[in-house]
Amino acid sequence: MGVEIAIATAKVLVMVLIILHVMAFGGVYFERKVSAVIQNRFGANRANIFGGILPVNLGVLNTLLADPVKFLLKEDIVPAGADKLLHTAAPILALAPVLVTFAVIPFGDILTVGGRDINLQGAELNVGLLYILAMASLGVYGVVLGGWASNSRWSLLGGIRGSAQMISYEIAMGLSLIGVVLVYNTLDLQEIARAQGGYFLRGWLPAWGILYQPIGFVIFLVAGVAESKRIPFDLPESESELVSGYFTEYSGAKHLMFMMADFVEVVLVSALVTTLFFGGWQVPYLARYGAMGLPGFHFPWGATLALPALLVTLLQIGAFAIKLMFFTWFQVMLRWTLPRFRYDQLMRLGWQGLLPLALVNVALSALVIIWKAGAS
Amino acid sequence: MNPVLFLLLALLTLTAALTVVLHPKPVHSACALVVTLFVLSVFFVALDAQLIGVLQIVVYAGAIVVLLLFVIMLLNLQMESHAFGPGWVVAAAVGGGLMLAAVLVSQVWWAPGGAGPAVSAEFGYPKEVAQLLFTTYLLPFELTSVLLLVAIVGAVALTKKGLQ
Repeated sequence: MGVEIAIATAKVLVMVLIILHVMAFGGVYFERKVSAVIQNRFGANRANIFGGILPVNLGVLNTLLADPVKFLLKEDIVPAGADKLLHTAAPILALAPVLVTFAVIPFGDILTVGGRDINLQGAELNVGLLYILAMASLGVYGVVLGGWASNSRWSLLGGIRGSAQMISYEIAMGLSLIGVVLVYNTLDLQEIARAQGGYFLRGWLPAWGILYQPIGFVIFLVAGVAESKRIPFDLPESESELVSGYFTEYSGAKHLMFMMADFVEVVLVSALVTTLFFGGWQVPYLARYGAMGLPGFHFPWGATLALPALLVTLLQIGAFAIKLMFFTWFQVMLRWTLPRFRYDQLMRLGWQGLLPLALVNVALSALVIIWKAGAS
Repeated sequence: MNPVLFLLLALLTLTAALTVVLHPKPVHSACALVVTLFVLSVFFVALDAQLIGVLQIVVYAGAIVVLLLFVIMLLNLQMESHAFGPGWVVAAAVGGGLMLAAVLVSQVWWAPGGAGPAVSAEFGYPKEVAQLLFTTYLLPFELTSVLLLVAIVGAVALTKKGLQ
């Protein structure tokens, strides 16, 4: 019992460490410095520890420390006419459901330590994918209640926009995942990641999910960006018309929680895209049990490179983190590149563009699977 | 299921459900409804029906109550003027609830004792549920979808009538 608790704790710590790294790189480095490069300005360069007494300046790392400290030290203001209970509960309701989804995302294959097989996934849930959709659908309450409880026009408009947008894109998102489930025949994310270990073209091309579900990938990514309510889908916030939408009336730590919820959603979309369409923790040509049952690289040109099993696992976790960072970077680039949609364009894209396309994708995937099953 | 856990969860469910009915603010009632549905899904998960538990959240807590809240917010309902409807509505609701409770309790009371039917190790898994849904219970399943379609058409027809 004690050992199992220790293993579970270790898994949670590794996952949290990965998310924190991605958030630090994506949230602070990309959002503060890379965005500045895109807009031809310097970006955050004022934060300095002890006013520059230290011989080395840590650069953007100072901002990394200063940003949360600034938020946490600010005064917490609740507007006079606000519903106090719901005003306080809303940021928690926005952040908590997104955080718990990471419990079912696998970050590595099985690790064998001292004769004990450890599945590198927080919780083995046979309905993992549905669990993520369920929790993501609860995230909308934070937005709606935050907007309503603030007793402000801007907030209410933002909350209503947010709920309509999130419900609309949730449908396309769920439908785009049906194709993936059809291909892999399971809802367990670890099994989906493991099923992507095969190869095409005589062992040269890794058989990742995007090759089976290219349309599903595009729909999922677009719907995912819309779910995280960032540009080009940031109408619930849209600072040029609604001040900052549903969290206009929030300050300090609660404001930070809303911002974090949005950014953790970005990381969640990256994690799902990685796991479902880009092999999850798979490294090309790296296998825990290769041709001869040896852990290590098995290249298609016949060369092999044996590696200790622990190193294989570390490489897999590293690959997962790097893929996660890549898609986070991609979404940050989208945010700083594209203009905002108009609300009718947003709704038209969701209901008339993505939804029919997702339905066609489901039908096509099912037809191909039936045809292949009949052919073999 | 652990009896202590069951009692605690049951207490929470009942408190939330009573809040839905008794709270004067519609938004708070809707939030209490979310809590009720969420705790019900915890019951399902604890009884090895993970799929049903998760579907409960996806469909009810995650979609339907959001729409309820959406309507409440659009109509800007702040506070109910009176806590209860007319007396006959309350009487009918209480009577109906008591009758349902009587049926359920009597069924459980007179149920044959001993161990229940043997279930496979995959009980409650998506494959197992889907197998039953698309073979044994196909007709009721399809009829339910017709029922939903009728409800949608009816709702559209009712709202359009006022516009003409």
